[in-house]
Amino acid sequence: MKKIEVITRTFKLDDVKAALTELGIKGMTVTEVKGFGRQGGHKEVYRGAEYQVDFVPKVKIELVVQDERVPELVNAVRDAAFTGNVGDGKIFVSPMDEVVRIRTGETGDEAI
Amino acid sequence: MNATDNAFILICSALVMFMTPGLALFYGGLVRNKNVLSTVMHSFALLGLASIVWAVVGYSLSFGTDIGGLIGGLDFAFLNNVGPGVENSPAGNLPHLTFMIFQCMFAVITPALISGAFAERIKFSGFMIFSALWIILVYAPMCHWVWGGGWMGEMGALDFAGGAVVHMSSAAAALACAMLLGKRKGHGREAFIPHNLPMTILGAGILWFGWFGFNAGSALAADGLAANAFVTTHMATAAGLLSWIAAEWVHGGKATTLGAASGAVAGLVAITPAAGFVTPMPAIIIGLGAGVICYGGIMLKNRFGYDDALDVVGIHGVGGTWGALATGIFASIGAEGLLAGNALQLWVQFVSVVATWVFCFVMTVIIFKVVNAMVGMRATDEDEVRGLDVSQHSETGYQI
Repeated sequence: MKKIEVITRTFKLDDVKAALTELGIKGMTVTEVKGFGRQGGHKEVYRGAEYQVDFVPKVKIELVVQDERVPELVNAVRDAAFTGNVGDGKIFVSPMDEVVRIRTGETGDEAI
Repeated sequence: MNATDNAFILICSALVMFMTPGLALFYGGLVRNKNVLSTVMHSFALLGLASIVWAVVGYSLSFGTDIGGLIGGLDFAFLNNVGPGVENSPAGNLPHLTFMIFQCMFAVITPALISGAFAERIKFSGFMIFSALWIILVYAPMCHWVWGGGWMGEMGALDFAGGAVVHMSSAAAALACAMLLGKRKGHGREAFIPHNLPMTILGAGILWFGWFGFNAGSALAADGLAANAFVTTHMATAAGLLSWIAAEWVHGGKATTLGAASGAVAGLVAITPAAGFVTPMPAIIIGLGAGVICYGGIMLKNRFGYDDALDVVGIHGVGGTWGALATGIFASIGAEGLLAGNALQLWVQFVSVVATWVFCFVMTVIIFKVVNAMVGMRATDEDEVRGLDVSQHSETGYQI
């Protein structure tokens, strides 16, 4: 099993969700987050004074999938979240040791 | 007594009263959320404090029998001899009480304007004592000099609705307070970002609305002069809004909402001394000038290094000074300015500007030092970092 974490633009959330559900993904967790990457933050100007705001609002989408599905899902997410501009975000894939469905007690792939 | 005039000025008094809670919103939105209540309180508390000081002694010092051109006598102290009839009334068409309460609203908002300079770091006790003394020792003499039969009015200085009495006086005090109080903790290192700009825009809108009472009411009659002041006020404000956002668009690349609100206030300030002396087209020029000049004015504090938190000097000081001088240039109704061939008027305006700044600055320094020795003016570091809402009032503005 693998965990896929996607950090991307807030307005791309719907597109990414639609792409994943089309491929049969039945669950995901979404969090509003703030951060910055290579593009840095943005400037705000109040009465002529400039302030650098470092942390930009983004969304983080987390889902756990079977190993063999990772390439297809990562490609789908990348297509859906792509704008070509700095700030499109990142996709992290990491190993997942165990998953337990609380209601039934199922574990592993069965619980995804 | 003229019933129409009386009705008009009573309504104008109510409009001017509404400016102070409007100012509270304007300033309140500009501070960080831990100081929103303390900032609002500076204005709102003065509705109580200044009104009572005015009734007890302030009105009499301003409009009592002239003593040497400098101050009014105590014949109206405790509102003695101030009744519902026109007896003793400085405006023979109005009940004396109507004239008094209209002027009272000016005495409320003027010290409230100063509070923008020391927001986010002043002790509430120091603020209250300072404000009471300031009304008696600075506002009342200024009011007497200009409108109460004092030397500045006698000299021929034109100040229709308070360019010197309200705006330059509060700005000179603001400059003195900002310098004496020192900068907010973290100034120059942390960003002091306004916590609620919609609140500030609403406050600016209320100020604009109330200002019609402030300026049109200063005609002291429901007549054509009031109509002129109403129109010049509106046009100058509209022009100020536009020229400020144009200036920042050119300078910074975007027009901001805070710029629109600030430009409107700058236009209102600048037209105040001129409202009844100029026609609408010069008013637009005054407003256009105000937006650009005050936009430059707010850069002053960065250059000189004082922390005038909410730009009282940049907007009320620079705008009031520009308005007073512009009155000397454009006056054509009831007085003649430079363009009407009377260069002397501009000189008189200049003298009144210098006298106002010097008197109000020096007196404020003295009052500040006395109150500072009595109870202290600055909040402790710990209180300032916790925010004045909790440390001064045991409340917080938002439960999120």
